[in-house]
Amino acid sequence: MRRLILIAVPYLWLLALFLVPFLIVLKISLSDIALSIPPYTPQLDLSEGWAGFRAFLSGLDFENFAFLTTDDLYWKAYLSSLQIALLSTVMTLLCGFPIAYGIARAPHEWRPTLLMLVILPFWTSFLIRVYAWMGILNTEGLLNQFLLFLGVISEPLTILNTNTAVYIGIVYTYLPFMILPIYAALEKMDESLLEAAEDLGCSRVSAFWLVTVPLSKSGIVAGCFLVFIPALGEFVIPSLLGGSQTLMIGKVLWEEFFSNRDWPVASAVAIVLLLILIVPIILFQRNQQLQREAEG
Amino acid sequence: MTQTVFAPWNDPDAKPLIEFKGVTKAFGDFVAIDDLSLDIFEQEFFALLGPSGCGKTTMMRMLAGFESVTSGSILLAGKDIGPVPPNKRAVNMMFQSYALFPHLTIWDNIAFGLRRGNASKDEIANRVEDMLRLTRLTKFARRKPHQISGGQRQRVALARSLAKAPKLLLLDEPLGALDKKLRQDTQFELMDIQEKTGTTFVIVTHDQEEAMTVASRVAVMDEGKLIQVSTPDVIYEAPNSVYVADFIGDVNIIEGAAAQEGESVSISWAEGQPPIRARSTRSLTPGQKVHFAIRPEKLSITAERPAEAANAVTGKVLDIAYLGNISTYHVELPSGDVLKAQSANTRRIARRSFTWEDTVWLSWTETAGVVLEQ
Repeated sequence: MRRLILIAVPYLWLLALFLVPFLIVLKISLSDIALSIPPYTPQLDLSEGWAGFRAFLSGLDFENFAFLTTDDLYWKAYLSSLQIALLSTVMTLLCGFPIAYGIARAPHEWRPTLLMLVILPFWTSFLIRVYAWMGILNTEGLLNQFLLFLGVISEPLTILNTNTAVYIGIVYTYLPFMILPIYAALEKMDESLLEAAEDLGCSRVSAFWLVTVPLSKSGIVAGCFLVFIPALGEFVIPSLLGGSQTLMIGKVLWEEFFSNRDWPVASAVAIVLLLILIVPIILFQRNQQLQREAEG
Repeated sequence: MTQTVFAPWNDPDAKPLIEFKGVTKAFGDFVAIDDLSLDIFEQEFFALLGPSGCGKTTMMRMLAGFESVTSGSILLAGKDIGPVPPNKRAVNMMFQSYALFPHLTIWDNIAFGLRRGNASKDEIANRVEDMLRLTRLTKFARRKPHQISGGQRQRVALARSLAKAPKLLLLDEPLGALDKKLRQDTQFELMDIQEKTGTTFVIVTHDQEEAMTVASRVAVMDEGKLIQVSTPDVIYEAPNSVYVADFIGDVNIIEGAAAQEGESVSISWAEGQPPIRARSTRSLTPGQKVHFAIRPEKLSITAERPAEAANAVTGKVLDIAYLGNISTYHVELPSGDVLKAQSANTRRIARRSFTWEDTVWLSWTETAGVVLEQ
């Protein structure tokens, strides 16, 4: 009985906060747009009993999903989101791995401080930090002034409102999610393994590729998913740092909801995004499970 | 048929495989190895023995190339290996933690070093199979390190470090993680493998029993210096200092003033007790303070004073430690000193001759103990 209650708690949580909202969104995506409050039909009217329910069901259809295929905008937005998410994941890995490696190899007494510095940005609002990047990246911004002062460039660079700014924003925002799992994997690694590899004839570089990288694989995979999954649906960064040509599905979704007030199409966009994300989420879960099995 | 005794260290023409020449290693202000010189010969099973922090592991890491030498030089087969990085040395090491690669199978762990060279696939496969047979691991080749027992892991580590057929194999506390029974079996296995492969082994250990069992020679270290380097029997029977006598096995140490006449020495050590009669080839100044060291098993314990004994003292049994095969008796002398004497339990315990509070005689011959100046 007690076990049942223990298991029931997380399941009820998932049911109430994940499954029920999902079903609501799914229902809206199958509805039609209407000028009413809420802005879609049909509405379930329980006062009419069984007949009302049948009328409600017959009012649902997949035409919003069909609509998504008719307009180039949507699939282009999905593809461009995938591209931006993939590229920025790779860049986050390239920045995050050396940082995680450096922290894991730092003297013991420094490590908590260094980890603290990684987490420190979370203490301020994400939105404020993105606005700060606008201040850094715009044509009269800190970065351009600094580069002009150094004489590296003769006229200001246009970074803000381009995809470059979006990449910078995503890499900056999600870097801790990359660093922490990789650090956790590297920190567990016994340093005598590297000495053993060297003793058996490896150079420092090949010891890194043959021992360090395979042993931090689980951390790398976890970090990549933790960056890729939220980056794919990212909305704030592309809308604040990106320009008009930056196409991301998060932005499209926002516009459907708030500019067009077309809730059904917006919901359909969200459902497709979720379906795209399910694949990496399942892969991520599998990675976590394999790792647990390897450690068990 | 006479078997030639393996003792290259007594042969002035023998060329040592490893030479430490005035080697000093300092970590900041701390001197880990202090101006140390030592020769180790080919096919030797050499043990570095000492308490933790005595510098034995530092010596091993210098041989492997993980630590540089502050001054002096280390020669391997006549060549200074100072500038050679660890991956280019014909030296392999078996790590205390074994350091097996957890992501690779046993087979791949053993093949790891071979793949770094330019051996062909078949050569590698043959060598790995040989190593698996040598260490009786063939059945486990496809498993990962976490799927085998501690003893098997130890053998994998050994196989991996032997796979490249190094000139010198370093073993850092190789049996430390095993339980006592397994450790004893593995000691003989190690000796067997060392003999079969003819590799020179240098083993670091703090376990004197292990060093005595496996090694052809033992170096007893303390605070970065070699105290005594010799065969196990010499270390045990003729230690050169109180430190060595005390570090290896059980010992009674009696302090006294020496008087010498030729080779025989008499040591006055307590009032009202006859002086101890012993032998020493060293020349001692009359009245010099010396330590007399004698092993507990060299003392015989009797109820009556033996008529012929060179040395005999009487006392009361204070304590008996029953170890099964032997018993150690702690005998308190009238002077208050306590001597330990061991005797084999050839009779059943119920018929033991002595018990607590019994008055007994301890006796020993002139040559049973050693006279130590320091």
